[in-house]
Amino acid sequence: MQENEEYWDLIIKPKGKWYQVDLGAIWLYRDLLMLLVRRDFISVYKQTILGPVWFFIQPVITTITFTIIFGSLAKISTDGVPPMLFYLSGITLWTYFADCLNKTSNTFVANAAVFGKVYFPRLIVPLSVLISNLIKLLIQFVLFLSVWTFYLLQDNSFTPNWGLIWLLPILVIMMAGLGLGFGILISSLTTKYRDFTFLIGFGVQLMMYASPVVYPMSIVPEKYKFWLLLNPVTSIIEAFKYLFLGHGYFNWTTLGFSATFMLLLLALAILVFNKVEKSFMDTV
Amino acid sequence: MKKTVIEINNLSKQYRLGQVGRGSISDDIAAFWANLTGKENPLLKIGEENDRTVKGESNYIWALKDINFKVQQGDVVGIIGKNGAGKSTLLKILSRTTTPTTGEYKIKGRVASLLEVGTGFHPDLSGRENIFLNGAILGMTKKEIRQKFDEIVAFSGVERYIDTPVKRYSSGMYVRLAFAVAAHLDPEILIVDEVLAVGDQEFQDKCLGKMKSVSEEGRTVLFVSHNMGAIKQLCTRAILLENGTLRSSGTPVKVINDYFLKDDNELQDGTVPRTYKRVYNNGKGFIDFISTTSPEHAILKKFFFRDSINIKLQIELEEDVNDLMFSITVLNDEMQKISYIELPESSNETKALKKGKHEINLELYDSFLPGKYFLSPALMHYNGEAIDLIERIAKFEVSADSKNGEHNYKWNEKHGNSYMKLKSINFKTI
Repeated sequence: MQENEEYWDLIIKPKGKWYQVDLGAIWLYRDLLMLLVRRDFISVYKQTILGPVWFFIQPVITTITFTIIFGSLAKISTDGVPPMLFYLSGITLWTYFADCLNKTSNTFVANAAVFGKVYFPRLIVPLSVLISNLIKLLIQFVLFLSVWTFYLLQDNSFTPNWGLIWLLPILVIMMAGLGLGFGILISSLTTKYRDFTFLIGFGVQLMMYASPVVYPMSIVPEKYKFWLLLNPVTSIIEAFKYLFLGHGYFNWTTLGFSATFMLLLLALAILVFNKVEKSFMDTV
Repeated sequence: MKKTVIEINNLSKQYRLGQVGRGSISDDIAAFWANLTGKENPLLKIGEENDRTVKGESNYIWALKDINFKVQQGDVVGIIGKNGAGKSTLLKILSRTTTPTTGEYKIKGRVASLLEVGTGFHPDLSGRENIFLNGAILGMTKKEIRQKFDEIVAFSGVERYIDTPVKRYSSGMYVRLAFAVAAHLDPEILIVDEVLAVGDQEFQDKCLGKMKSVSEEGRTVLFVSHNMGAIKQLCTRAILLENGTLRSSGTPVKVINDYFLKDDNELQDGTVPRTYKRVYNNGKGFIDFISTTSPEHAILKKFFFRDSINIKLQIELEEDVNDLMFSITVLNDEMQKISYIELPESSNETKALKKGKHEINLELYDSFLPGKYFLSPALMHYNGEAIDLIERIAKFEVSADSKNGEHNYKWNEKHGNSYMKLKSINFKTI
């Protein structure tokens, strides 16, 4: 028997190569991924009477609140789009991003009990969050589409850019990538030092005001526009509004910037996550 | 030659003691800088041996240090050791929930680890949903679980509650369902922590039975337990960890004996050094010598069946004791206590012994069955206050053959119990 040429399925060393990310393992555990999605989806509304109806209630009440506060009281322009529709369009995509970020940012801390007992590719957990929120997004998108259709038939205050509708899935993927990237990066950083958990609590909320969710890009003074566009979420939300409402800031360059930002962030985050997941149990 | 499925080379694991806080960031920076400049991490060097009873200087300890071993396919390896010896750390590394600090290990085949039953159970989901979830977490595919679903439910015995959320289950039902899922994994290598410690006797027997059948199918099992009977019964090999190092490996019987018999060799002549680790000592007296002897008081460790056995003790008292008592417990080689005598039996017979050295000779009836035995002697006051207490020394053996070959022991060695019956006792000052 030739010891040197033996084949081993797995060799564990203290430090793997930093660029070794075993994405194949995620495919092997795809059943677990889907079961976790199912668990997230089912368990949230167990023992509730309204169940999935809550998926509608959340954006509806938020939209009404925004309409009253930002529309009627603060009188922030909506570019002539019906306020309800304007806020709902911003909220729908923003909520997806915020949920992905919030719920993936505590991946390690929240799942320490399971991670400490059994091995599976840790990336499965944040990915399952992404997918279960995607289902929620789809449901809320149906709500948005109904309101949108209603206004579309009612008046002619806006015209959608039908030719660009194909961009929609790409916008969603970009939002998912950004949410995942920020989320798992923060979750990796908080395994040892918990400081970032404090930041995330109010950070996401404040970030909404740094994104054109409750106001249109058109009312932003020229000198701030550049800074606002550095926020990778800005051009995605604006593009979404441009697609469906015909009003909004649409620019291939800034959208390209957001996409590049997303890809680089995601690559960095996955590498860091991959490094941390191996021994985070010792410090979490 | 059988295939080697696990190979562990110089595996070590270091842990930091105390809390993670602002203090640890300076260590992190030091380690990072060393890494960047290509030097060895200075903090890796200062780790101390992991003895939790002694307060150490350094904040870093080696939970495991230079572990080397190989496991062949089909082996059932028992891992034993005291609490804190590094057993769980080893299993954690093997099941990939943490990485080693230095060294490496290699594995062939699919590994499933069972460090706890019911990992990932969600209280709000029904039994059915949890079977799928837990199975997938343990590495099964949905298809495999679906194939085994009925079997799992039958094994667990909770058919009636299968669509009820598991938070409504009794803790016993919960554990049964969880174990049923785990029992239907079929990996090539199974790593099991002390899951048997939970559950009732029936459940424990079920677990042991399942593990036996797993190993009979040619799969490899690594198994941590404090249940020496189970280790002996199930395992083909065992390893003993002590303070993070590998103390002994080999057949379960040998390793278990090594575990219990810490310093067997230095006690061969019956002398117990004052440095020998005692269970209790109040400084007023010491047992300096204990051994089984022939009727002529010569040290003897091997007896024929039906030989009469004598025990010789030498003690030194640091002060006069007016109400001396002593006891001897006999243990078999599975460390079960099988007999006990306490002398004297009534208060008016307590012995008043002066400060100094004394010898006690006990003559016993020939009532020991074939087997290996250990003695645990103790000195105490009549009120039970202990003076000196030593555990598991003075090993001796009784063979199944009788001296003249006419009265050999005919039954299974496990049949019946040995007991100690005193024929005479004799004190003298030396």
